[in-house]
Amino acid sequence: MKVLERLEKIDRRFVFLLILLAVVIPLLFPIGFKIEVSEPVAMLYRTVEELSPGSRVLFSFDYGPSTMPEVYPMNLALARHCFSKDIKIIGIALWPEGVQFGNEAFRVAAEEYGKEYGVDYINLGYKAGGIVVVSAAAENIPTTFPQDYTGRSIQEFPIMTEVKNFGNIDLIVSFSAGDPGTREYIRIAQGRYGKKVGTGVTAVSAPAFYPYLNAGQLQGLLGGMKGAAEYETMIQQSGLGTSGMDAQSIAHGLIIFFIILANVFYIAGRRKK
Amino acid sequence: MKKEVPLIITFVAGMIMIIQYFIPHWPFSNLQQMFNNWFLIITVFALILGILNLLRNHIEKVSRRRKGWWYSIVLMAGFAVMGVAGFVWGPAEGRPFDWIYWHAHVPMSSTMFALLAFFVASASYRAFRARTAEATLLLVSAILVMMSRVPLGSYIWSQLPLIGDWIMSYPNMAGQRAIMIGIALGVVSTSLRIILGIERTYLSGK
Repeated sequence: MKVLERLEKIDRRFVFLLILLAVVIPLLFPIGFKIEVSEPVAMLYRTVEELSPGSRVLFSFDYGPSTMPEVYPMNLALARHCFSKDIKIIGIALWPEGVQFGNEAFRVAAEEYGKEYGVDYINLGYKAGGIVVVSAAAENIPTTFPQDYTGRSIQEFPIMTEVKNFGNIDLIVSFSAGDPGTREYIRIAQGRYGKKVGTGVTAVSAPAFYPYLNAGQLQGLLGGMKGAAEYETMIQQSGLGTSGMDAQSIAHGLIIFFIILANVFYIAGRRKK
Repeated sequence: MKKEVPLIITFVAGMIMIIQYFIPHWPFSNLQQMFNNWFLIITVFALILGILNLLRNHIEKVSRRRKGWWYSIVLMAGFAVMGVAGFVWGPAEGRPFDWIYWHAHVPMSSTMFALLAFFVASASYRAFRARTAEATLLLVSAILVMMSRVPLGSYIWSQLPLIGDWIMSYPNMAGQRAIMIGIALGVVSTSLRIILGIERTYLSGK
């Protein structure tokens, strides 16, 4: 029993070390687990597939550096998918930190597919106000976002010439790590204007969006890095999501091992008492 | 008048916003747009006020040499550097603002968040115990969902992803819906109390 007691009071630095190894080793030496695509991810993929070339999709970059490892891979995968189908993307941000990530995803995907800023995609930047920004943009995008993120008038860009409001947008995808984010688009863009809304959210917040998915208010849901990896599998272009899956698998397995081990000690200790 | 005027403004603005949702036609649609624009302008001023308040607090902290005052200097220096970089060169790619964002802000924020992985592992080892039937249920659900959310899960048992999806789509969704409906009812009742002037704490805190 002394062994059990010792293990139960193990130094937490040992736990930290094991987690570090569980994350770093698979990143350095990928295992290549097969990724199965779940229905919520396939739904969003099908929604984008159904759009015709020249359609307009609104991306909302509602995340920051802390959630970047989970949300940015989805952002990039969706940008790649849209560009591969010649779909135009208009980016906005409800989070100030989201603008730069949107730019980066655009830069990477645009280079791969030869897309031009202002013609095939644009970043209108951040606007403070959360749900009111969505409400105002739904009625009038040019007055809500009169300039792009660098301060240039949107009238200069061909992509914006025929865009007046959400009526000119075929799909909205919010990459969201909290509020303001996906909920604002569901309430206003979907609830009031009947627009198609899809989302990519952090794994921890994904369970909260299942009711919207089930009710048909969301056209698809990517949850966490796994969601990104699944989308990358669908578009057959592996990226940051896929490469992180091995590490996440092992880390999850290790945490579950810890939980089971601790409960074995706990039950054994209780029986002894 | 100190109380009556804000109460009237709140009542009129609140009622217009409710009516315009159900009657999205003139004159309510125009009023909605006007109110939206006002809100966006006020939000920007609120941001400026927030920044000024933050700076005032930290200047005070430094001047009085309160505990950890040097962190305030770092904050103000970071604020000044990012502010100057943004205002002078703009936020476009390759500019100083963009460079600092990618090479200082992103790594530091990501590092802080990544530390969670270590604490979650340590906490799960120390605190996640099957003490009661409810805790056991939560524990088993958590293990199943965690394993179903990673590719390793389907290697352990091919049915695990299906079980994870079932937990998310039924028990989880039922719970989430109950929470959402509860919150929505709370928001409706609180909003009505504010619009009708029953709830007045926002006026003076009393």
